[in-house]
Amino acid sequence: MATVLDAGEIGRALKRIAHEIIEHNHGLESVVLLGIPTRGAFLGERIGQFLKDIQSPVPVGTLDITLHRDDLRMRPPRPLLPTLIPSGGIEGKHIVLVDDVLYSGRTIRAALDAIGEIGRPATVQLAVLVDRGHRQLPIRADYVGKNIPTAASESVKVSLEEIDGKDCVEIISGA
Amino acid sequence: MNKHLLSINDLSAEEAIEILNTASELAKISDGPMKKLPTLRGRTVVNLFFEDSTRTRISFESAAKRLSADVINFSAKGSSVSKGESLKDTAQTLQAMGADAVVIRHGASGAAQRLADSGWISASVINAGDGTHEHPTQALLDAYTIRSKFPEFNRSFKGLRVAIVGDILHSRVARSNVLLLTKLGATVTLVAPPTLIPVGVVDWNVKVSYDLDSTLKDIDVLMMLRVQSERMANSFFPSEREYSRGYGLDITRLSALNPNAIVMHPGPMNRGLEISAESADSHKSVVLAQVSNGVLVRMAVLYQLLGGAALTGEVSV
Repeated sequence: MATVLDAGEIGRALKRIAHEIIEHNHGLESVVLLGIPTRGAFLGERIGQFLKDIQSPVPVGTLDITLHRDDLRMRPPRPLLPTLIPSGGIEGKHIVLVDDVLYSGRTIRAALDAIGEIGRPATVQLAVLVDRGHRQLPIRADYVGKNIPTAASESVKVSLEEIDGKDCVEIISGA
Repeated sequence: MNKHLLSINDLSAEEAIEILNTASELAKISDGPMKKLPTLRGRTVVNLFFEDSTRTRISFESAAKRLSADVINFSAKGSSVSKGESLKDTAQTLQAMGADAVVIRHGASGAAQRLADSGWISASVINAGDGTHEHPTQALLDAYTIRSKFPEFNRSFKGLRVAIVGDILHSRVARSNVLLLTKLGATVTLVAPPTLIPVGVVDWNVKVSYDLDSTLKDIDVLMMLRVQSERMANSFFPSEREYSRGYGLDITRLSALNPNAIVMHPGPMNRGLEISAESADSHKSVVLAQVSNGVLVRMAVLYQLLGGAALTGEVSV
């Protein structure tokens, strides 16, 4: 097991992503953050806090994609996680989806479907803490904390203070 | 969770709470931003109703459609074939059509169990009321409604006091509710004339009272049951008027309830018999909330039974 990001590096990566969001969108007008539970939701909160410290507060919500997954029939049913769309809605907004690890891209495809059910945002952007490669769909991230080349047999474990009691990203080698 | 939902006994307390939590999350998304979810696209749900129903059938149909399942409504009314044979033939037809779930309502207690155990069919079976036995999704939606009115009982019903009043003997709603409410920790009191209390009640973990007025002050939830005239071959009480005087909820009894207490009824209501019109329409009544919660709870049940890995079942025909 190798640690690839420690607490300080995670903090700096998220702060940089916050700056990039402001730069890319020429400010924070109509920007809405949507974190994908579980860990993406906490990362969304943290980026939201950085944006507030740097410039101004933006609406932060969560989007559970369980019911839109394409692999539902391959595993036992999972519990649903909270979805909270900010009161301003998403119509015409610049949505920044936030997740911990970008891997196959299927979670993001499901999130795009879920967003399509809710409304028609102006743009949808993607921020991830870790991009580990091995995409199965034509999806890319706009904001990446760290690109970590991995083997498919390895797994990437993101731990966050809010739920795991510590901040770190580790690579666990496969059997 | 089991493949079928035939009885509340198929669920542990944790599984029941999980269904209620799923329904709460579904309430947030499907009553809000997303009206239609793709979760059960390509799955077929058959509503197999041998008995009349308004609420339950529409509720299951709407739940399945909101999850994008295909719905086939099969009403067996008028069929005159003998019970065992007809159920088998019907089941084999449904199997041939490729049903993933069968929602069955039948006048015979144990019909859902028979269908599930028969090996005629590989679909999940959901009991939507079998004779005087059980109606598990009604109990789940009642528990969901109670929980939404009393958030302090979110994780357990310990300390919650419920009275179930009326035709306990013929009520599958009462049976399922007693099982679920006591499983979740509530204190349940059954109130009815002695003729409408089942003999086996001593084995249930409940109190029994023959006097409604003395119970009213000490409860949080008052659940009124329909007097099921269609199942009553004998006389269980002298007259409707006398029943209503002893066990009906009128405006005087309504005002004797705790300020926070709620009044429930599974419907359809006999206004003027077990519940007066003023009581049914009062602000304490949650009858309409029960109906709308029914769709959410049934969506949660369908998701739990069909949302996961494809279920394989041995079929012997």
